[in-house]
Amino acid sequence: MRNEARQPPAVDAVPTERGIGDRGAYVYDAPVRLWHWVNAAAILMLASTGYLIGTGTPAMSGEASGNFLFGYIRFAHFSAGYVLSVGFVLRIYSALIGNRHAMQIFCVPLWRGCFWREVHHEIRWYAFLAVEADRHVGHNPLARLAMFVMFTQTITFMIVTGFALYGQGAGSDSWQDRLFGWVFSIWPNSQDVHTWHHLGLWVIVVFMLVHIYAVIREDIMSRRSISSMISGEREFRD
Amino acid sequence: MSGATETLYNVIRRQGITRRSFHKFCSLTAASLGLGPLAASTIADALETKPRVPVIWLHGLECTCCSESFIRSAHPLIKDTLLSMISLDYDDTIMAAAGEQAEAILEEARAEYKGRYVLAVEGNPPLKQAGMFCIDGGKPFVEKLRSMAEDSMAIIAWGTCASWGCVQAAQPNPTGAAPIDQVIKNKPVIKVPGCPPIAEVMSGLVTFITTFGKLPELDRQGRPKMFYSERIHDKCYRRSHFDAGQFVEEWDDECARKGYCLYKMGCKGPTTYNACSALRWNGGVSFPIQSGHGCLSCSEDGFWDKGSFYDRLTTIQQFGIEKNADQIGMAAAGVVGLSVAAHAAVTAVKRLTKKPDRSAPPK
Repeated sequence: MRNEARQPPAVDAVPTERGIGDRGAYVYDAPVRLWHWVNAAAILMLASTGYLIGTGTPAMSGEASGNFLFGYIRFAHFSAGYVLSVGFVLRIYSALIGNRHAMQIFCVPLWRGCFWREVHHEIRWYAFLAVEADRHVGHNPLARLAMFVMFTQTITFMIVTGFALYGQGAGSDSWQDRLFGWVFSIWPNSQDVHTWHHLGLWVIVVFMLVHIYAVIREDIMSRRSISSMISGEREFRD
Repeated sequence: MSGATETLYNVIRRQGITRRSFHKFCSLTAASLGLGPLAASTIADALETKPRVPVIWLHGLECTCCSESFIRSAHPLIKDTLLSMISLDYDDTIMAAAGEQAEAILEEARAEYKGRYVLAVEGNPPLKQAGMFCIDGGKPFVEKLRSMAEDSMAIIAWGTCASWGCVQAAQPNPTGAAPIDQVIKNKPVIKVPGCPPIAEVMSGLVTFITTFGKLPELDRQGRPKMFYSERIHDKCYRRSHFDAGQFVEEWDDECARKGYCLYKMGCKGPTTYNACSALRWNGGVSFPIQSGHGCLSCSEDGFWDKGSFYDRLTTIQQFGIEKNADQIGMAAAGVVGLSVAAHAAVTAVKRLTKKPDRSAPPK
């Protein structure tokens, strides 16, 4: 049933520490998997609390001294923001020291013709024009492009603007303001930064929709394993 | 024009102000600048001995609300002293001289205090059509501004007009009105935004420069840190309602009567740097939020072009639509969600119709 032509393309067939035979490969090493789920949890928390911060909550009854709802919501947002930021920095570190797949969402070979040919093929695959999906051990080229543009860049933007806005509350002497206050040289009125930060939330939401759909669909259609972000191993089940 | 060596103290004594009132003013100024207990005597000493810093006050495209605010500075003494101090030099709105005489005074003051005077600019110059939209003394205001700035020590940009552009610079900005720091780049420009700035901020700033003979420390955007380092939100007396999650939903609801936070009514306190919630207005009587209305963000760049004052989220005006970030985001998420569902449906149909092929070995 299998022949050599169905093997993963040589470009992706890199030796990893843990080979699991010719039916799959070890793709996502432990730090990347851990980061993925911590990051996903932080984004869920940030998106829900961020939406509430943008729109406000229904009025709480009782005295102001007896309530701290909005304070807790903002605290959750800031804490999750720190978790996400620290995670993102560690993720960059693991990309530098980890296997080649760990680098995929940070460095996309936009200058290579073969990359764009593969993207073209992926688009044809998603448009139901191509019969067979290319097999990639890590992310497929279209997914890499989407992650780089919609996730990596958006999250970087959200971290920078988030800390800049946090610095407004922390004060002009805080490290947040010193490191990220230059954002207000671009948008002097921080209301604009709020608006952009809020739009960033929706970019992430759109990314989440596409990401989760594509993962489930690929799992069924391309016969690959959804559990690769849990076990780290990507199986080719046929 | 006898004021070259005259001190501020001489001037105010001549105006009939008592020494006791003078010292009260010094204490109040020291307190409002957040200085230590000895600063009041330092201020008194400086005002008694140092030759006063001459101020020349120009008016461009503006509404004179800065002047109106300034002359209402809480303490009577501030009004009297600073008004007389400035009228000694040049301020075409409140000086007695007019026409040729006023222009002569301006040239005289400029020559006499060359390199020593502070140029206070209220309003801004329009730049389009060679500045023809604002003619002052027969010349475009922008020319007067440039030539007066040349010999000045520093420039105070009074109000949001001079600092950011304000309503005359609102899109599409037909006259090309531009803030001072876009026209004068070789002199320090102190921005004192606000529409108008708080009276005590204005008189406090002038007193600081007169007293210490130097310019105050400025923040990243060129505003004096002592008045603009905190947001309205940071010192708002309704902040506890914000943290508690108690918001006004309608202008006439129970929450409004209870004085809850105006966040959901579009209050821009969280994004506005000004001293309103600390100093308040009209001698510390009140400020907008205390009167039950949200902050308009009048001291921030572009506040005039950010849509309604009563929206929490700013309206984004692109492609001819007017929606806020949530409406745009939800629409995008909805479109993508529908596309995903449609794609999933097509995938399912394709898969069902191709089912027989899958049992056969591929190729």
